[in-house]
Amino acid sequence: MKSLAELQAIRDKARASVNIRENAEAETRVMVGMATCGIAAGARPVLNAFVEEVAKRGLRDTMVTQTGCIGICQYEPVVEVITPGKEKVTYVKMTAEKAVRVVNDHLVNGNVVTEYTIGANAIGAK
Amino acid sequence: MRELSLNVMDIAQNSISAGASLITVTVEEDLGGDTLSISISDNGRGMTPEQVEHVTDPFFTTRTTRSVGLGVPLFKMEAEMTGGSFGIQSELGVGTTTWAVFKPSSVDMIPLGDINDTISMLVLCNPDLDFVFQRKLVTHQGEQREFALKTTELREALGGDVPLNAPDVTLWIKEYLTENTAELSGIQPEG
Repeated sequence: MKSLAELQAIRDKARASVNIRENAEAETRVMVGMATCGIAAGARPVLNAFVEEVAKRGLRDTMVTQTGCIGICQYEPVVEVITPGKEKVTYVKMTAEKAVRVVNDHLVNGNVVTEYTIGANAIGAK
Repeated sequence: MRELSLNVMDIAQNSISAGASLITVTVEEDLGGDTLSISISDNGRGMTPEQVEHVTDPFFTTRTTRSVGLGVPLFKMEAEMTGGSFGIQSELGVGTTTWAVFKPSSVDMIPLGDINDTISMLVLCNPDLDFVFQRKLVTHQGEQREFALKTTELREALGGDVPLNAPDVTLWIKEYLTENTAELSGIQPEG
């Protein structure tokens, strides 16, 4: 059974490694739309996939978080990737599988997955 | 919504928008009584009586971007479809409680779904807010079982150095919820 003592162990481990993290690069933010529209379209598994994959990859400079409705409900689940000094990338109609690919290709290797972006999926773009 | 737990996530967003610092989610199943009750309670800024009156109207919202707000009306409809009930109580400066009672035996019942995922994602996305998650079960024999997750306790154990959205902590929360849910329902006799 999980106990609070395990959390204390996590704390002690973090204290030991705190110096390494202070030198981390500027933070990349992954923002998953979690308003009624996003949630209904399946945003929660997408958010979960991002969290798990980012943790698995040990991407300490990446923060996964939520945002509200940005007004393109027909494209939900929508995910925005914001990296300081770079143009914002908006991924649309996301799934958990696509999320894993975005983490590996975009966040790890720096290659935007163009086919999932709003530019490639907008009405009339195909 | 495909799962009631997604409604919980949605309603909780309202609490977050209302500036709540503490959000309490309670899920209570009564197997003998054929009810599933869900409540989301917050200490946010609350609503005026006029706002409360209109909150279940899909064409009423405080947002200025669009004139529709579907979250609360959906939750109400889903409960009433099963023959259940819905209520919302709010006081300005005190907070809001939204609750719904479902009849699980109804053909129109939407499954609860992965409520643990909802809770762990809420904590992950809002590491500075406090959440209390209570899960209660009354078996056919009338035996009461329950467990709770309280982020204040987690925060204390982490000693202020580690945020609640650290990957290790998220993992801990997920496992804690999974284990406790299994124990809660595992001991419950079939039928």
